[in-house]
Amino acid sequence: MSTPTFRSELTRGFWRENPIFVIVLGTCPTLAVSTSLQNAVGMGLAVTFVTACSNALVAMLRGIIPNKIRIPCFIVVAATFVTITDLFMHAFTFPLWQALGIFIPLIVVNCIILGRAEAYAYKNTVWHATADGIGMGLGFTLALCAIASIREVLGNGTLWNVPLFGDGFQPILIFILAPGAFFVFGSLMAISNWLKARQGGAA
Amino acid sequence: MSYLLILISAVLINNFVLMQFLGICPFLGVSRRIETALGMGMAVIFVMVLAGGMTYGIQQLLMPGYEYLQTLAFILTIAALVQVVEMVMQKLSPILYQALGIYLPLITTNCAVLGVTLLNIKREYNFVEAVVFSGAAAVGFTLALLLFAGIRERMERTGLPQYVQGPAIGLISAGLLSMAFMAFSAFRTEQMLQDLAALVGLG
Repeated sequence: MSTPTFRSELTRGFWRENPIFVIVLGTCPTLAVSTSLQNAVGMGLAVTFVTACSNALVAMLRGIIPNKIRIPCFIVVAATFVTITDLFMHAFTFPLWQALGIFIPLIVVNCIILGRAEAYAYKNTVWHATADGIGMGLGFTLALCAIASIREVLGNGTLWNVPLFGDGFQPILIFILAPGAFFVFGSLMAISNWLKARQGGAA
Repeated sequence: MSYLLILISAVLINNFVLMQFLGICPFLGVSRRIETALGMGMAVIFVMVLAGGMTYGIQQLLMPGYEYLQTLAFILTIAALVQVVEMVMQKLSPILYQALGIYLPLITTNCAVLGVTLLNIKREYNFVEAVVFSGAAAVGFTLALLLFAGIRERMERTGLPQYVQGPAIGLISAGLLSMAFMAFSAFRTEQMLQDLAALVGLG
């Protein structure tokens, strides 16, 4: 096995170990905020900030945090950065803050953050943990954008709020509503499984 | 009447799992068998009602000027509450502990629990309303979990294509279930609710 570099740790989350399609973590916000591409990008960046910062801080404190109470410590670290994000978005991106609603404070219990703190940051250096955090966050963002683009185009006929079709277009409303989230997410996961299996067969 | 409205709205119309996407991780994770789903559901009802009441009090303490600590305070309250419930249950009711014990640690990161406490505050419920809403949301969660576990038990006996096995088909069937629950939005009006209440002998 090759030694991990900043780059290898960063790109791992994009596809090979994508937190959403492969590890299946953080499904709640994925389903809830993928109604439009703008929401998806905003949520993705917020999660990336929190995973990167909390991974870095957990890795920094890994010699200090006692093993027995590590989970509560991870939660406090995550909650701190989530509160910073929440207040920042309230102040500077108010419409987005309103659209995402309680899913911003709910980043605290997003399994990606605790999962990465436990599985990676607690055992690795600050440098690698930060890379892992950013990578996982961006992987989450990419997957979220993929789901959101499909839902916005089919369910609303727009992409990034720009109308794509003429006036005659009848949007398929179900894709914006709750069931559509499940359908698109499930289908994309099946496609990702299929692509992975094909890659594995070729190699 | 307003309690009935909260109840029906949280259990059926705005079902936590199928309509609001809260608690998807345990929904996909512990829905393989009906017994485990029931155990998890009971544990969630228990913790959620307690957490709903407790965080209502915490919010009153935070009120003058410390609202920004909400996320941090709530998640720590829930984590501590789950620990206490686990210890008390082990001591007082070993039978109950055996049935629900293994699900309790998982509840801390169930976003439905933190979600319900945040929604209680956001919707400005009073104490009784907050407790009713918490209980109703948990019952809705359990209902969705049980239905879904039933579907999955049947599905295991069918031959599925390799790539849709696991979470992928789970999400797609959850989409169908969510679509079925959309029919309950017919009860959205006060008149319909009164008719329904009269029908079941509550009105």
